[in-house]
Amino acid sequence: MTRVVVTGMGWITPLGNDLDTVWKRMCNSESAIATIDRFDASSFPTKFAGQVRDFDWTAYVNDSAIHHSPAMNSQFALGAAKQAWEQSGLDNFKQLNLERAGIYMGAGEGVLDFSAHSMIDTHSWDVEDDKVDPVAWAKFAQDSLDEWGEVEQEPNMPLWHVAKEYGLRGPAFNCLTACAASTQAIGEATSVLLHGDADVMLTGGAHTMLHALGITGFNRLTALSTYDGDPKKASKPFSKDRGGFVMGEGSGMLVLETLEHALARGATPIAEIVGFGSSADAYRITDLHPEGRGPAAAITNALSQANIDPKATVDGKPLVQYISAHGTSTQENDSIETKAIKLVFGENAPNVPVSSIKSMMGHLIAAAGSVELITCIMSIQTGMLVPTINLDTPDPELDLDYVPNVAREAQVDCCVSNSFGFGGQNNTLVVKRFNN
Amino acid sequence: MSMVDSKVVISGVGIISCFGEGIDVLWDAMLEGRTGLKRIERFDPSGFTSQVAGELAEDAFKVRKIVPKSHRKATKVMCRDTELAVGASMLAVASAGLATAGTGDAPPTLQPNRVGCHIGAGLIAADVNELGAALVTSKKEDGTFDLAHWGSEGMQNLTPLWLLKYLPNMLACHITIVHDCQGPSNAITCCEAASALSIAESRRVIQRGDADACLSGGAEDRVNPLALYRQHCTGRLADSDGSGDMSSLVQPFSEHATGTVIGEGGGIMIVESAVSCEARGGSPWCTIDGIGCRQSFADSPLDADPQAIASAITRALEESDSTIDEIDVIVPLGSGIRQVDSAERDGLHTIFKDRLDSIPTITTIPYTGNCMAGNSGISIGIAAKVLREQKLPARLGAEQTPGIDAGTCDATDMNIRNILCITAGEGGQCVAIVLGRISS
Repeated sequence: MTRVVVTGMGWITPLGNDLDTVWKRMCNSESAIATIDRFDASSFPTKFAGQVRDFDWTAYVNDSAIHHSPAMNSQFALGAAKQAWEQSGLDNFKQLNLERAGIYMGAGEGVLDFSAHSMIDTHSWDVEDDKVDPVAWAKFAQDSLDEWGEVEQEPNMPLWHVAKEYGLRGPAFNCLTACAASTQAIGEATSVLLHGDADVMLTGGAHTMLHALGITGFNRLTALSTYDGDPKKASKPFSKDRGGFVMGEGSGMLVLETLEHALARGATPIAEIVGFGSSADAYRITDLHPEGRGPAAAITNALSQANIDPKATVDGKPLVQYISAHGTSTQENDSIETKAIKLVFGENAPNVPVSSIKSMMGHLIAAAGSVELITCIMSIQTGMLVPTINLDTPDPELDLDYVPNVAREAQVDCCVSNSFGFGGQNNTLVVKRFNN
Repeated sequence: MSMVDSKVVISGVGIISCFGEGIDVLWDAMLEGRTGLKRIERFDPSGFTSQVAGELAEDAFKVRKIVPKSHRKATKVMCRDTELAVGASMLAVASAGLATAGTGDAPPTLQPNRVGCHIGAGLIAADVNELGAALVTSKKEDGTFDLAHWGSEGMQNLTPLWLLKYLPNMLACHITIVHDCQGPSNAITCCEAASALSIAESRRVIQRGDADACLSGGAEDRVNPLALYRQHCTGRLADSDGSGDMSSLVQPFSEHATGTVIGEGGGIMIVESAVSCEARGGSPWCTIDGIGCRQSFADSPLDADPQAIASAITRALEESDSTIDEIDVIVPLGSGIRQVDSAERDGLHTIFKDRLDSIPTITTIPYTGNCMAGNSGISIGIAAKVLREQKLPARLGAEQTPGIDAGTCDATDMNIRNILCITAGEGGQCVAIVLGRISS
């Protein structure tokens, strides 16, 4: 039977731009949330976010000239992909059949030039008709917008840039299931390998909505935290006083391979993807199913694929040692996710540590899941569980072990990583320590 | 994790195009050789050099009339792309003879958690009138935009759920809610390749045993100022003010082609395991026998790559266990974009050699415009219809198409065993799909 292993991983996050730095900072319970300085958000209901800093994408490519001014999401993807590619050793594997090397991204759209668009829409506004004059709008757009910048808006552009950088010619997909996208991408990339369509898949996510229109949209949804204290305290998943999510940005990328291919080229598997579950709530656009039907189905399906009984124990211990929660810090998500975990794990639920790294770096939207899966693999590698910080006021309704505030040592061999998207698309991955 | 192989069929087709609701109105137009392209009426396109589209007439499609009563309120938070996808899904489900939560009180034909949903979507363009109405409230006296006012007050003029209209996964999400599809669900965002990749994913999901059937395909609306502008930026549009003969405006594979035109619409299929279809007494349109997906290595994301196209075809033929002699018809993208057409022809020639110019093609874009994420949903739906009807529709465009049989012609009957559908989308994703006739 074909097995799929991880041979490389990398990330660009608000907490740093390499595996070790980010991991150390998470183990130290640090927060990357700070005042937004990419645009003047001082009048916005939300003025803070987890922002990527000290990142120059040109340091992560061989020849920046081939990349046609990538948008920021593509820049992040290139940064994370280089780390993953190098760790996998594929940069030195000249025999790689590039038509058997594919890419599955869960990337968001490019960054909209809000300054230009707001000028165009307001200048072309016809007061008498109470709508935009389309002829004037077209003229202002053609005079003001960067044409290539608009092309870079397409969500499949990070895919193009990364594929171009590494010469990937195999199966290529981009999905955008909101906050569940990169978990879905990794799950489906695994499926592509199992289907026999490729030997190697570069996969993950990249996204930034850290711009004026992005913050506007989530502010209007009242999904973002408007906490008025220290920004580092704003993201508080599973806390009673949680008040919405905090925007983040970045990318997480992984190299997946069939075990056969990895071993044949002498690569060292880091971990094994053993389960993927996808489901739809099919309930409401704005609300999760109150019983956690969709998330529970995704977790159940993933564990079933992995042949893991969530209610079983060995020597009194559950077979899953860590759950990376979607854990957004919204009232609804954290409550429903807790309910779903209890539904699936039954009496084992209190004994499975659950934490949310969104407490430290914010919500990376489409990229969140891939960064969180890497967190799981780092836990397996290092024997450390990273905490949910800002969990100072426990919610009596939420009674799982959320690894509050402080990292802890643990023997971790198997992890579950959850991602649930706006609109009800749910995805879960199960990753295990590689054992041949 | 493991794969459970099974035969997969298309058991229902729903299309919405500029001709209106349903595959039959498009099919009739294609038999008659009647284009749906005309000057844009939804807004004054005079500011653009390309003023033509495959645009639905204003009263031709109202989503509120087609969705179940329980979902009518939710149509207020649908963008046009979502409306088109939901409408096409209603037609697809009806075409397959399925009962779902969206079709009435009858119990669902299939278990909801065994029905998946994979929908191709585009970069959904904001309605400039809706956004502009909010933005002008933050205009300073000197005419400049006041970001500080926007943050404190102006944004309140946007409806709270504004963002939800524009998330590409909303097409799939509304469809899952309407039909109560609780199985695997995804939103593929790969321009013209999106629908075809969605069908590829649905097939894979069924073959790995995670679903018995999936609603699959895509939809997109490019007939609005921002989306038209974005296509204008690619330099791929044919210039026209809409006067003259629109049936030859888009000329796939012609040396004189000047570009493509925008459209709105999409196609949703019911992709189903053959076992499930047979068990419920369904009537499949065709089999999905092989799929190949590849990424272009061209220097620009706007350019197609013949090698990637050829490789995708090779993989699809391998999977389908078909030889090139068993392919009777080809459905290419055929966009009228000269570089892309040229790459398609070269890629096809690599596989079919000199036989290429004797295999008839079918091109839909001269009829419907380029519906981007919905485009391959439409063209694959038409391919399924061709296999069912054993009839080739008429072709529009140019008379001469060197090296490939894509010039203008009338509809004709034909014995068709297998059809090869290919698409090479903006961003470099290439898909080849081999569809087979249902054997009696």
